[in-house]
Amino acid sequence: MNDMAQLIEPLIPALRRYARALLRDRVAADDLVQDGLERAIGRWQQRRNDGNARSWLFAIVHNLALNQMRQSSRRGPHLPLEAADGVSSGTLGQEQGLQHQDLVRALQTLPEEQRSVVLLVSVEDLSYAEVAEVLKIPIGTVMSRLSRGREKLRLAMEGVTAAEALGAPHLRRVK
Amino acid sequence: MSTRPVTEDDLHGLVDLRLDALRQAEVEVYLAAHPDVAARVASYRRQREALREALAPVAEEPLPPGMQIGHMVAVRRRPVLVGWRAAAAALLMLGLGGAGGWGLHDLMAPTVQERAQGIAALSQQAADSYATYAADRERPVELRASSRAELVTWASDRLGRPVTPPDLSASGYRLMGGRVIPTPQGPAAMFMFDDDRGTRLVLLTRGMAVDRDTSMTHHARGAVDAFTWSSEGNGYSLVGALPATALHPLADEVRRQMRRA
Repeated sequence: MNDMAQLIEPLIPALRRYARALLRDRVAADDLVQDGLERAIGRWQQRRNDGNARSWLFAIVHNLALNQMRQSSRRGPHLPLEAADGVSSGTLGQEQGLQHQDLVRALQTLPEEQRSVVLLVSVEDLSYAEVAEVLKIPIGTVMSRLSRGREKLRLAMEGVTAAEALGAPHLRRVK
Repeated sequence: MSTRPVTEDDLHGLVDLRLDALRQAEVEVYLAAHPDVAARVASYRRQREALREALAPVAEEPLPPGMQIGHMVAVRRRPVLVGWRAAAAALLMLGLGGAGGWGLHDLMAPTVQERAQGIAALSQQAADSYATYAADRERPVELRASSRAELVTWASDRLGRPVTPPDLSASGYRLMGGRVIPTPQGPAAMFMFDDDRGTRLVLLTRGMAVDRDTSMTHHARGAVDAFTWSSEGNGYSLVGALPATALHPLADEVRRQMRRA
């Protein structure tokens, strides 16, 4: 039991961050992580021993978040009062804080499948192979979602119009 | 230089520091010759950094009490049966498990008996000590703080390890003294503290056969709150009739001092 706590505990802050970035609601995200941890504790022995605990925990939280987002989209959109509720920092300069809010808002405009990949790679530092494991998709799909997600975010943040973007040079994806 | 064409995947690999040194050098040469693509890569890098900065504060927030693994495990381990019934149930579970191919699962799971010994039990014992001794106006402690050396020797002898009370004077609490108390898991050392208003705190420590290393968990028991944790086989529980927000930093301070000791 102790090795379980030692493996899980250091990952909790990152799991909270990921859940909050997906759901953008502090309470809902924390409830979801708690639910995920309960499941992880309950199923610890059923975990494949060769699997990586980090991918496994992110997969649990990701799947719970996905279910929740699907349920709430059926109930109609949930609009938090504060656009970047719980994700902007009070310690950064105001201008930077506003930029971060814009970025987090732009992130929400991405399709869920791109948003997850961008977050897992950019923020959570998962390797491409780990992301493929979490999302149960081929690594080539991880790369194409990452590429599309990052490009959309870039265009949103730089205010480039879609027309201009079409003319921009883009390398061919090989794979 | 190889002639392998640079791909979109390479650009992201560069941004995420996933390329080996050779490929990284090749991609950088390519970017030097293609400023438009280089500008896009620079933008992805800024985006990556900005996302990390924007979300970093979430990971730095203190964990809410419901998210502490030790507590969650303790809750799952709440004893259901005691005594011979528990032993019989555990044996039955093992037997059935073996037959069903779940032997390892059940062997690894805490037995019912173990659940009654972990930090949830320690927290209860500390609360019991508090109820008995902190309420005692005549003789709350066996040995007073003036006999600190004697108290330390006594507790260390009975617990079989060096046991010293923490110094909470910076938080306004003085050591009143302490005693050795019995628990089903062996002798425990109890230390009592009070402040200028006579608010008393009890710290109980004993060896842990189970839950040997857990994070701090909070139990509310009526008007009394307890913060309980264990480290390297030693369990600690700090109990007081204080708001959890006031007791928690004191427990953190005790834990810090016990680690250093």
